[in-house]
Amino acid sequence: MARTVWDSSVGKKTVMAVSGLIMLLYLVVHMIGNLKIFFGAGEFNHYAHWLRTVGEPFMHYEWTLWIIRVVLVVAVVAHAVSAYQLSRRDIRARPSKYVHKKPQASYATRTMRWGGIILGLFIVWHILDLTTGTVHSGGFQEGHPYQNVVDTFSTWYGNVIYIVAMLALGLHVRHGFWSAAQTLGVGSRTRDRALKAVANVLALLLTAGFIAVPVGVMTGVVS
Amino acid sequence: MKLTLRVWRQKNADADGAMSTYEVDGISSDMSFLEMLDTLNEELILRGEDPVAFDHDCREGICGACSLVINGDAHGPERTTTCQLHMRSFSDGDTIDVEPWRASAFPVIKDLVVDRSAFDRIIQAGGYITAPTGAAPEAHATPVPKPDADFAFEHAECIGCGACVAACPNGAAMLFTSAKVNHLNVLPQGAPERETRVLDMVEQMDEEGFGGCTLTGECATACPKGIPLVSITSMNKEWLRATRKVARR
Amino acid sequence: MTYTDYATGEPVADTKAPTGPVAERWDKRRFEAKLVNPANRRKHTVIVVGTGLAGGSAGATLAEQGYHVVQFCYQDSPRRAHSIAAQGGINAAKNYRNDGDSIHRLFYDTVKGGDFRARESNVHRLAQISVEIIDQCVAQGVPFAREYGGLLDTRSFGGVQVSRTFYARGQTGQQLLLGAYQALSRQIAAGNIEMHPRTEMLDLIVVDGRARGIVARDLVTGRIDTYFADAVVLASGGYGNVFYLSTNAMNSNATAIWRAHRRGAHFANPCFTQIHPTCIPRTGDHQSKLTLMSESLRNDGRIWVPKAKGDTRPPNRIPEDERDYYLERIYPSFGNLVPRDIASRAAKNVCDEGRGVGPGGQGVYLDFADAIQRMGRAAVEAKYGNLFDMYQRITDEDPYEVPMRIYPAVHYTMGGLWVDYDLQTTIPGLFAIGEANFSDHGANRLGASALMQGLADGYFVLPATINDYLARNPHQDAVTGEHPAVQEVLAETEDRLNLLLAVDGDRTPDSFHREVGELMWEFCGMARTDSGLRKALERIPQIREEFWRRIKVPGTGEEFNQSLEKANRVVDYLELAELMCLDALHRAESCGGHFREESQTPDGEAARRDDEFAYAAAWEFTGTGEAPVLHKEDLVFEYVHPTQRSYA
Repeated sequence: MARTVWDSSVGKKTVMAVSGLIMLLYLVVHMIGNLKIFFGAGEFNHYAHWLRTVGEPFMHYEWTLWIIRVVLVVAVVAHAVSAYQLSRRDIRARPSKYVHKKPQASYATRTMRWGGIILGLFIVWHILDLTTGTVHSGGFQEGHPYQNVVDTFSTWYGNVIYIVAMLALGLHVRHGFWSAAQTLGVGSRTRDRALKAVANVLALLLTAGFIAVPVGVMTGVVS
Repeated sequence: MKLTLRVWRQKNADADGAMSTYEVDGISSDMSFLEMLDTLNEELILRGEDPVAFDHDCREGICGACSLVINGDAHGPERTTTCQLHMRSFSDGDTIDVEPWRASAFPVIKDLVVDRSAFDRIIQAGGYITAPTGAAPEAHATPVPKPDADFAFEHAECIGCGACVAACPNGAAMLFTSAKVNHLNVLPQGAPERETRVLDMVEQMDEEGFGGCTLTGECATACPKGIPLVSITSMNKEWLRATRKVARR
Repeated sequence: MTYTDYATGEPVADTKAPTGPVAERWDKRRFEAKLVNPANRRKHTVIVVGTGLAGGSAGATLAEQGYHVVQFCYQDSPRRAHSIAAQGGINAAKNYRNDGDSIHRLFYDTVKGGDFRARESNVHRLAQISVEIIDQCVAQGVPFAREYGGLLDTRSFGGVQVSRTFYARGQTGQQLLLGAYQALSRQIAAGNIEMHPRTEMLDLIVVDGRARGIVARDLVTGRIDTYFADAVVLASGGYGNVFYLSTNAMNSNATAIWRAHRRGAHFANPCFTQIHPTCIPRTGDHQSKLTLMSESLRNDGRIWVPKAKGDTRPPNRIPEDERDYYLERIYPSFGNLVPRDIASRAAKNVCDEGRGVGPGGQGVYLDFADAIQRMGRAAVEAKYGNLFDMYQRITDEDPYEVPMRIYPAVHYTMGGLWVDYDLQTTIPGLFAIGEANFSDHGANRLGASALMQGLADGYFVLPATINDYLARNPHQDAVTGEHPAVQEVLAETEDRLNLLLAVDGDRTPDSFHREVGELMWEFCGMARTDSGLRKALERIPQIREEFWRRIKVPGTGEEFNQSLEKANRVVDYLELAELMCLDALHRAESCGGHFREESQTPDGEAARRDDEFAYAAAWEFTGTGEAPVLHKEDLVFEYVHPTQRSYA
């Protein structure tokens, strides 16, 4: 079965939908967690520490976090590889363009592909910046995420990269959520409006929620 | 009306093509688009030039032969087949671009004529109900709920013209394939082959080199028979169901 | 000797139809027919030309039985055959409505509707099989209209008083054809059918008096090839395109049947053409084809013209008492539902009187104002919405507001290759099915009967009778391309195409097609006269001569060349048109779709002359422009006794 799913264009879309929804779920949790930054360094750092102790005493320190990380990496890779292969297929299927260009209504295709690439690059930067600290602008301190976040958003490029990525995320989620519903066969004529509304609300909340943090730093609410 | 036409000319499958410009005069707004091309071709023949080749047959919007991209739109600006498009949709002095369906699964044969046999092979892969002649039970033996019959009909209306593929930025044949899957899978007569049908047709669709679906909706907008985009969703659902069921066997 | 001095040869007889009670004949024939052992069937190759309802269903069924089928269509896909355009429905004597229908009634209606020029045995068989067709199509997944209980819906249709027409909105032909196409596709995938799309039959190969193959041209590469078989089935449709303007598809043509005729197959009743009353009138000289509006519109629409000549007021300004609902007036019991030939002729008569409407006065109103008032706009929309949309798209007029304008147009040809009860032509091994043969509709086809006949022939009749031929006439040797008869046909075909390309004249194929078409419409159309037909017969050879002097076909034969395809079809129209006129001239009676002005009743109705013309006229080819030989098949009516049709 696994092979037939992976071999089929519809199957790969299913992989994208499922991995996308996993990431979406993670993002919602992540975004809510981020908002704790508005309640001060103590609460935020405590939350970050808690993330590593979830499941104790059954789980060892950081086990749960690593499980989540592995699931996320698998999801990101599956999502990206499917997207890459499907895009290759799509481009091969339509090698020559029409001479008569018309304004394409298909903003979704283009923003999904470019948006996906932007988000992929962002994830790499984001991990190097705030998880490993490799490219962090200030002095990265393990176990002090509050200060790390403030440092990142104290640079102009940190804000630009982040905000651009979050806008891309909004667009990506907006089409992606609805699209995943179609791929998984849960869309229907009667449900279409509701699905589109949920997609819009999700996109808006995620973007607003995530962007709130750099805005907070910039305006001095978080410092 | 006087019009300038820019038409894709390509001698054969192997030759390179290019747009050629022609002027046509004395076009009546009551003419169909194809009758306008007839007028051009009559002139070209008399001038000893090769007339523009294009597929057409019934000229009443049902055979699915006609297949022109007009000003970037499959079948032109109206939601209908090219043969049912009338010149009243254009104005005097317009420049009109006429191109063939473009998709690697639909190679150009000549000028505006493309090879759509990939569609036939998708149907051959499973777009039927196995009912050998003479084996049929009495027609009223299995009532079909009206909503199901209507759903089947709505999808069975597909004329196989390929506008969905032509309009899709990915050259995908999902709308075509889903129309047949949905037509047959909703009927009780189609139930025994429900799983194999969708799996085999989708597999063939992929093999033919059509692109994948990114749900841009261009196909449904171009479809002269109004097959809805949600048709693809229904097929996805059938495909997932079939994949699960077949895996369990 | 001129063309009109035809000789009358030996009568032809249908030797295959069994005798005995009509209801038992088909069973008897099926029992008497020899069978081919299932294991041996794959050794037999059958060529099928055409993939419409008849060809598609025959190809699929023969392949299911185990024969090796080689099938051809000129379209890019078998799914596009012109059966797809049939709108109204398909008749079947199911009697689901409990309204008094029966096989016998369908048989009776069809013989009577055909104005007593069809064979009783064939028609009865058709009525019997009609019932099985519906079962077959439903099993294939044809989405017929259904009622809320889930059962099949039916409606009454043109000229009958029972509700026996099954339909799928206005697209019944499409749905039935796709059913056959899907069955065909299954067999192609199974390797039982070798399908050649975009390949057109150009001639028939006859070896030792038996049909053994065809010559066909690959329309993409231009390559001309020979294909051999143990039997050849022509399912290439009718020849209505002789008239240039008709409701046929642009590329529907007579070449397959005409070439078979030239090779020895008799052509029967060529003058029996059906003019459909409800088509959209033409708008100008650019018109390339005519579009039919389903006859079902006559169930609720009322046909009228102004009472006064030359009344150019818009229809809504013409008061009720100044309108002439002429069908309701002349035929009070059938009203707007009279058979097609009568409705068409009545429209022509009122237009000839100068009371026609629309540009050129070639139209009558089909008015839904009453229906909209009675049923409400929503109900009318549900029933006819797609037809109204189509009308509006073509004419730019809104039929909900302004009455439609309609005018008759050539729609169907009842004539065709003469076949016996087994559907075999006068060339052994050559079969003709569907509209290509002449058999079941007599002089006029009833609405919703074409689909029935095409599918009856393809699914049920031919597959049962072709066995008999193959079993009784095993071929000793395979034919090869080296056979002199094959070489000759091939050379003739190549020469013809080369000549078309070589003339390099100054007229297009279309211009000749239009010229002969207009001539036919004028003199061999809805009303025919001795003098008119003679005029046409004088003119046709002149056009033919001019054709071969002035035709211009650009390009070469070794490529995709639509002008060459067209020109070659026109060659055959120019010969067939002559035979149609001669047949119309010789049949000095009015019957069905053939109305001779000299033969009418005092009140202007068609007068049939059974004492002289109760036969099918099968013509034998003797040479281009040479007088053909007439072979008569006398028609015997044991069950439905000829009466003058009365729809008053």
